[in-house]
Amino acid sequence: MMTDVILVPKVQHKISLEAEVIKPDEFAGKTIEEIKELPVYFGNTVQKLGDFFEVSGSAEENAENLRIVVEGDVSRVKRIGEGMTTGEILVKGDVDMYLGARMKGGRIVVEGSVDSFAGQQMRGGEIEIKGNAKDYLGGSYRGDWRGMRGGRIIVEGNAGKEVAEFMRGGEIIIKGNCDSFAGVHMKKGLVIIEGSVAERVGAEMVGGSIIVLGEMANLLPSFKIGEVVEGLKIDGREFPGKFRKYIGDFAEGPSVKGVIYKRL
Amino acid sequence: MSELVLKNGIVYDPINNVNGEKMDILVKDGKIVEKLNGNAKTIDCSGKIVMPGGIEIHSHMAGGKVNGGRLFQPEDHVRFAMPKTKVTRSGTGFSTPTTFLTGYLYSKMGYTTGMTAAMPPLMARHTHEELKDIPMIDKGAYCLTDGNWFIMKYLKNGEIEKCAAYVSWLLKATKGYVVKITNPCGTEAWGWGKNCRSLDDPAPYFDITPRELVKGLVEVNEILKLPHSVHLHANNCGRLGNFVTTLETFKVPNGTKPAAKRQIMHATHIQFHSYGGDTWHNFESKADEIAKAVNSNKNIVIDTGTVTLDHTTTMTADGPLEYYLQSLTHLKWMNRNVEMETSPGITPFIYSRKMPTASIQWAIGLELSLLIKDPWQVLMTTDHPNAGPFIRYPRIIAWLMSRKYREETASKVHKVIYDRSTIDGIDREYSFYDIAIVTRAGEAKALGLSDRKGHLGVGADADIAVYDINPSEIDPSRDYKEIEKKFSSAAYTIKDGEILVKNGEIVQTRYGRTLWVNSKVDGELEKEVMKDIEYNFKRYYSVNLANYPVREEVLTRSTEVTRSASV
Ligand SMILES: [Zn+2]
Repeated sequence: MMTDVILVPKVQHKISLEAEVIKPDEFAGKTIEEIKELPVYFGNTVQKLGDFFEVSGSAEENAENLRIVVEGDVSRVKRIGEGMTTGEILVKGDVDMYLGARMKGGRIVVEGSVDSFAGQQMRGGEIEIKGNAKDYLGGSYRGDWRGMRGGRIIVEGNAGKEVAEFMRGGEIIIKGNCDSFAGVHMKKGLVIIEGSVAERVGAEMVGGSIIVLGEMANLLPSFKIGEVVEGLKIDGREFPGKFRKYIGDFAEGPSVKGVIYKRL
Repeated sequence: MSELVLKNGIVYDPINNVNGEKMDILVKDGKIVEKLNGNAKTIDCSGKIVMPGGIEIHSHMAGGKVNGGRLFQPEDHVRFAMPKTKVTRSGTGFSTPTTFLTGYLYSKMGYTTGMTAAMPPLMARHTHEELKDIPMIDKGAYCLTDGNWFIMKYLKNGEIEKCAAYVSWLLKATKGYVVKITNPCGTEAWGWGKNCRSLDDPAPYFDITPRELVKGLVEVNEILKLPHSVHLHANNCGRLGNFVTTLETFKVPNGTKPAAKRQIMHATHIQFHSYGGDTWHNFESKADEIAKAVNSNKNIVIDTGTVTLDHTTTMTADGPLEYYLQSLTHLKWMNRNVEMETSPGITPFIYSRKMPTASIQWAIGLELSLLIKDPWQVLMTTDHPNAGPFIRYPRIIAWLMSRKYREETASKVHKVIYDRSTIDGIDREYSFYDIAIVTRAGEAKALGLSDRKGHLGVGADADIAVYDINPSEIDPSRDYKEIEKKFSSAAYTIKDGEILVKNGEIVQTRYGRTLWVNSKVDGELEKEVMKDIEYNFKRYYSVNLANYPVREEVLTRSTEVTRSASV
């Protein structure tokens, strides 16, 4: 049996709130009063979660059976679900940056759209975004060379630039369109773009697979043109139709194993 | 100013041959004194260790490279953060901490003095601007002289006195404390896409060999009677089979007499210079060979550059080395040519426990400390941050004091260490007295600072560390975790007689001195060399001579150490 803790945002501020405490791991076993006391960062001050949200419901002892429901717009709340390992978060609105960053398990559903860096360096679990995702979905921390390495991200809408940057494992599915540099520096894992994708897809990738079902803007010249494949089977998934295989990015050296399949 | 009594501490003060004696240390006006008159504040140190403040002899803590490392590694800064308190500023960075954080972290460990290991002369102004922002400790900077056009020309022409006068000017202009040589001639060769792979491999155009350059600078150093010896990062750093070059290098100063009671050469981060093998598959420790050479040569002091098995940053004036490292790791890197002077570089590095190489490197650092018999000759460093960040010093202390701890770590690294290093067979465990030598007393002596630092005798600076360790209750061999913990957070750090740290927390911030050498040479000789300097600045440098020297006002509590040369 899942129990819910419900968070209703009181006011939307221009200054963002950093609230990595919004995750089942933190809430589990706490009373509503204790949850209200959890620290959040507002500008350069430390405040309490209860100053920004009405908190109700009841928190389960076991985080696995706990769901956090955010009722409303939190487009200025960052780091929701950061590092979570289990349980569920449902956000009935838009979310700011770093949603589910370094997440290891559990599930996050966002009914609105998310800002950049969602699923950053994620290792496991699932993120489902009904709206759009901004840039660096499933990417690395700034300066780092290790992006998402496990779990799954599904975006019903469109995604921004550098999706799956430095990806090392896991799966990203974009049902809409995808902006430039999708799969940049990718090493392992699978990216499925059901809509069309902008230029420089797979730039500097050395491994992993990108499947494009829609249109693909001009491919980098450092990819080799491979054979045409009839009916694609990859990681236990099947894609009907004819696909052109491209291998690259040879700008990274002679032994690269990155693959882009473009449906013809 | 205040008076202070540290009462009943268990004192380790190797310079004064005090080995764990219960005694009082008296402080007045920032100095250690024999007698106090009246109302001194008393600190009860019973059951606690009292040592002179720690001294860092080789750490990349300020300057262009360090800042480069900070700038291109946001991922390093997310790994370690310290929020501001009522007395301290906030700071971030695991292997490249911010300036303020650097001072705080040293101070928390009981350190009171630190030297930044590699300052390209052209970057001296930047370096001192950063040092100015490092609170808590006394500090100094090592002036790079490895690929310097003036020096190479003078030495090639046999003009040793002119070379000495130039170096004397350079130290004053850059407010440097030490003549530092990094990959002699190799950093100049790097400007031509080359390197110097042996002591007789000359720099292009200047046609001077590393052997000649090092020998020349050793002589210059002694002509100038500098407090420290030359501080050398030898050729072939980090390369397979480099122990041969290292052993050769140790012999280069032979025949030159030190001008002071100290070593003739300080060879730095020797862990990176003790490698055998000719492929990474037969890579092995040659620490035993190096130790043998140091044991039979009283004129050499080394520091270890102990690998701490961390994800860190490598940064050195040895540009070709950094290029080589990134060719192994394929990670991001930076290189720079500092015109007329040197070629530094930076790249991140992960010393993974699973990697045979990193595991052997870890073993080598400790082997050096344990196989070299005289602790005064083997000082403790991590070549911060190259082999690991300095915040790991307490862990190295614990490894040195406990065979059991070494065995425990050995069981977690690659098993190759049992075949290709001797670490498993070494029983030796350091005493607190040994630790006091390799972390403070030895540094003070090697740096020529032992008149005022590294000891607790009357007249010394009241730079004192107190650790909450009772040697009669704690057995370091068994309680190594406790040792690591206590050395991480000093019970008290006292700087110039002021309590800066209490129970591991900073209670007060202060600025330390900046030490530099005011080297004096004959006036006529200096005039002659000034003409060369003016001419060459006009001809080659992209900066005006007038904009080159560091103004004394930039230094915090500028403290000159005057030395008159024999020329
Ligand atoms: Zn160094």
